[in-house]
Amino acid sequence: MIARLWHGNTLPVLIVVAAILVFWYAMAVHMNSPWQERMNARAELENVPFTEFASQTWAQAKPLLPAPHQILGEVWKATIEEEITSRRSLAYHSWITLSATLLGFAFGTLLGIGLAVAIIHNEASDRSLMPWIIASQTVPILAIAPMVVVGLGAVGVTGMVPKALISMYLSFFPVVVGMVKGLRSPEQIQLDLMATYNANDWQIFTKLRWPSAIPFLFASMRVGIAISLIGAVVGELSNAAGGGLGVRLLTGSYNGQTIQIWAALLLAAALAATLVALVGVAEKIVLRRMGVAT
Amino acid sequence: MNPQLVIGALLFWVAAWALNEYLVRRHGASRIAGFAVPVIFGVTLLVLWEGLTRGLAVPQVLLPPPSAIWERLVNSVPMLWADFQQTFKAVLAGYAIGCLSGFGVAVLVDRSPFLKRGLLPIGNFVSALPIIGIAPIMVMWFGFDWPSKAAVVVAMTFFPMLVNTVAGLNAAGSMERDLMRTYASPWLTTLIKLRLPAAAPFIFNALKINSTLALIGAIVAEFFGTPIVGMGFRISTEVGKLAIDLVWAEIAVAAVAGSAFYGLIALIERAVTFWHPSVRSGRA
Repeated sequence: MIARLWHGNTLPVLIVVAAILVFWYAMAVHMNSPWQERMNARAELENVPFTEFASQTWAQAKPLLPAPHQILGEVWKATIEEEITSRRSLAYHSWITLSATLLGFAFGTLLGIGLAVAIIHNEASDRSLMPWIIASQTVPILAIAPMVVVGLGAVGVTGMVPKALISMYLSFFPVVVGMVKGLRSPEQIQLDLMATYNANDWQIFTKLRWPSAIPFLFASMRVGIAISLIGAVVGELSNAAGGGLGVRLLTGSYNGQTIQIWAALLLAAALAATLVALVGVAEKIVLRRMGVAT
Repeated sequence: MNPQLVIGALLFWVAAWALNEYLVRRHGASRIAGFAVPVIFGVTLLVLWEGLTRGLAVPQVLLPPPSAIWERLVNSVPMLWADFQQTFKAVLAGYAIGCLSGFGVAVLVDRSPFLKRGLLPIGNFVSALPIIGIAPIMVMWFGFDWPSKAAVVVAMTFFPMLVNTVAGLNAAGSMERDLMRTYASPWLTTLIKLRLPAAAPFIFNALKINSTLALIGAIVAEFFGTPIVGMGFRISTEVGKLAIDLVWAEIAVAAVAGSAFYGLIALIERAVTFWHPSVRSGRA
């Protein structure tokens, strides 16, 4: 039992996480202490015992580095205790970000699949599109996020769509690359078999190429959904009225509300982890039904 | 509205497409076609963009034509250069620190299977997180100038490098490792002569991913507060003033810089990993 724990992944991961938490609390004491010392000097408190001093640094209102339990407390307060429709509720802001992420991810996946199909079936589009698709990713696309949001806002398109477009631009790339690889993955001998059956292009696509591309599609979608969340968060930075986790980051940074920033970050991380895990579950179910994985 | 321009642009598109089809069918295998086809496609995109924005009188706020962007770019070179320097200080410093520390930690972690099993899942997990969100915190910690942006870049580039290097260090086959052991080669020699060269494709993969991430990180971090210079600062303020052509000029600079950065690493990769099958067959 213990040997299995030792050689598996669970125990090492737990120990590393625990080490990170200990380090975090220590850093919180270290980084917050100058301010706390000044406060204590002003309150004419002298010779504060270390344990009390440490707990003081973990309980500041606007600490330089909040302690983990403060962040969890803020998340709890802002999701469970607030009304879900309130603008102070983190659940409300998470929903705004999540909906834009999912819309953009859906668009991006469809666009990616479409481009990959075009690239597979037409040599000229392969030669002309592929270099530009790769070049499109060396462009720091997140930098144009404010322009997309403001530009579309100027012609009356606001809310979810501009953010979703940014997510789409980010998430189509892994899908194109993965699907091109996947649609080309059938071996020559399999294609020859289809040819001896006198299958047409459509039949080859639906019965051979598409099924063999599915594992590649899921691998790409896992990457795609994580970056489309990033796209949505960055898109929100330019539209402070719209709400969302990005706006919480921005207002937190303007007001020095560090706990609020960390809480928004934690929720964004949780959202990313959940979405990636959901894609993973869908992958498992689909692959099992197709008989690929056991 | 100017229908001639629209029709002209569309005709150009059809002609360029036909030319590309012809080139691919006739000279598909030659190097010139491999170079010319994407270039023709790029030129077509520009012509189509110019023709449609001018022909359909698309508002400047939405999408300025490329000629206007070029004009603006040429007119504001000193400002763009200053922004570029400010941002690239952060990109290069952060990139160097992030990649080197990721590499160093990976080499250390590689010695301990326990740490490796503990750190790798966490590294993979963190790679999927929106790390860019720590930008406001870094601005608070390191101030408004470029060090805070470099810190964001460090955080963004560290984990891809760590995960890829650890994977790469495991890439050497057991046959080769056994051979090194029969030579009684110490750990360091095995590392330098066998495992690092075997890991090179993975490390370069991380370097390429990170080159894009670093630029994104530095620019987005500048949205959260900077001295009044820098590409991200310029983009966010000029967007507010609806000077979209200047924003596009800034993006063009960023795109060229990003592609050059990426291309440089790809060139180094070809030189260093000349033995790898993907380079030997001419398809990097």
